[in-house]
Amino acid sequence: MPLVEAVRMALTTLWTQKLKSFFSLLGVLIGVTFLIAVVSIVQGMNVYMEDEFANRLVGLNTFQVRRMPNFNMGNITDEMWREWLRRPRINYGDASFIQAKLETPAVFSRSCDDRTQIVANGKSARDIRVEVVDPGYFTIKNYDFSAGRPFTPQEARAGLPVAVIGADVEEKMFPGIDPIGKSIAIGGLPYRVIGVVAKQGTLFGLSLDAFIVAPFDSPLKRIACRLGYMDEFHVQAPTVAQMNEAVAQTEGLMRIRRQLRPAQDNNFAIQTAEGALSGWKKISAVLFAALPGLVAISLVVGGIVIMNIMLMAVSERTREIGIRKALGAKRRDILAQFVIESATISTVGAAIGIVLGILLAFIVKATTPLPAAVAPWSIGVGVFLGIFVGMVAGVYPASRASKLDPITALRAE
Amino acid sequence: MTDVVIQIVDLTREYLMGAERVQALRGVSLEIRRNEYVAIMGPSGSGKSTMMNLLGCLDTPSTGEYWLNGQEVSRMPDDALARVRNKEIGFVFQTFNLLPRASALQNVELPLVYAGVSARERRDRSRHALERVGLGNRMDHRPNELSGGQRQRVAIARALVNEPSILLADEPTGNLDSATSADVMRVFDLLHRQGQTIVVVTHEGDIAAHAERVVTLRDGRIASDARQEKIQAA
Repeated sequence: MPLVEAVRMALTTLWTQKLKSFFSLLGVLIGVTFLIAVVSIVQGMNVYMEDEFANRLVGLNTFQVRRMPNFNMGNITDEMWREWLRRPRINYGDASFIQAKLETPAVFSRSCDDRTQIVANGKSARDIRVEVVDPGYFTIKNYDFSAGRPFTPQEARAGLPVAVIGADVEEKMFPGIDPIGKSIAIGGLPYRVIGVVAKQGTLFGLSLDAFIVAPFDSPLKRIACRLGYMDEFHVQAPTVAQMNEAVAQTEGLMRIRRQLRPAQDNNFAIQTAEGALSGWKKISAVLFAALPGLVAISLVVGGIVIMNIMLMAVSERTREIGIRKALGAKRRDILAQFVIESATISTVGAAIGIVLGILLAFIVKATTPLPAAVAPWSIGVGVFLGIFVGMVAGVYPASRASKLDPITALRAE
Repeated sequence: MTDVVIQIVDLTREYLMGAERVQALRGVSLEIRRNEYVAIMGPSGSGKSTMMNLLGCLDTPSTGEYWLNGQEVSRMPDDALARVRNKEIGFVFQTFNLLPRASALQNVELPLVYAGVSARERRDRSRHALERVGLGNRMDHRPNELSGGQRQRVAIARALVNEPSILLADEPTGNLDSATSADVMRVFDLLHRQGQTIVVVTHEGDIAAHAERVVTLRDGRIASDARQEKIQAA
């Protein structure tokens, strides 16, 4: 019997028994929905973590030299923590040593940060993140300015009290007025606002816009930095390859400067975006490893349901089988009919599952910041699984149907 | 010999009913020629149904030979029998045995599907077969939208669509009232006049009266085999 004929017959049967069919394909439907949705959400999270999290917080092709890592998703033991606290801080000498010796082209910026109170325009706000940096910082962070400008190398060298503020600070301190040129007291020190960074939004629900940036040598340094030391030294390379090269060189340079023997571990941290992602990568690897198991469970359940439905169909349609055999259907015609019918049910389930999975991915994309994107391969896998599960589930019922004796089958009610 | 469609030689069929051995047929020999109209009669338990199943290639004999249209079918395996049923035999059953969810046309197409005929040719031949039994205007109706007589005519169209060597009818009017029965028997008479070989298994005398030859079975043997003057349905 031609395939098209069998599929059409199966679809007709499905359509005439809508409710029963729906329940029978529920298992496969859920399995495939789950597959498509989880793959697209996890991949969306990967993109989110890489683009939003790592590149925004660390910067594109950027790494930081620090006393200890600042993003860590693994377990930190007491022993690790104590070792970190025993490490020497990064000092100005370290920074200029790296800047002088690094062979790859790079942009540099020292940085210290603290949280302090600000007062301006008759209002005050507590616990605002203030950071003193070198001019290269603006290149590294790639900030868009909604008003004003970054500070110049001259202003930086002179240590002038000028400040660039985040969009949240502008909203809070200067509602409805132009903040450029206004004065602002940062930790009691008088500053002048020269630029506003365009709104960046939130990351994991935390605002990225509640900050103030000032020149490294401006008066705030006395609050933010310990004398002679810094919190982070940022290095940005033009490309990923050059960044990796720079990371390796920097590690070597720091070890030379710290006079570490080969057997000694680094007593500093080099934080890359990739390093910040390592924890997430572990989580997503676990999700991807668990996914086949979870999908397999629902597909096995779905397959068993379909097998039962097909067994029921065979016994309900014993007479039909008898008629078909009397009219000349061979064993393999009957076998093919029921296997194809079973595969069709299952594939329809998979198709609905794919649609629901895509829909779910879109809902996640629309309602959360995750750029959930449906992976084309997951659709292919979904279709294949649909057909495969249906065929496997259909073989036993179909073989029972094909072995029915036509005389007995014709007598069935 | 060329004219012989069915040749049965000393056919027996035993069944095991639990531990008991039941002899449904105890040595039947019969020859049916092309364009004969034969009624097989007999009380219940006479072996009528067994005879019908064997003639229809739904079952194989315990011993003996069955030649259908020059092929020995008594020793054929399952799939070969299926092919013979498809090509050589047109069934008409007491309970019509139409597929309930398929239209009249789709029901008639069914044997052609298994014969591997192309969709277009299937459609044309099925239409033609339905027109032959006077149902040209009911092709898209499902069985439950048709009267009993119409259903049986769909079944006859289905039986004829593959141009079988024999039309094998099992109590074709058993589920019909007398007016519709007469109607269906008129179709059989017409087909017989057009040259169709017909075998009707029945226990009703007035159905058998349409045939030109009546074979009566009793206790698994042929009790009588008589030619009769065919009566014309009124």
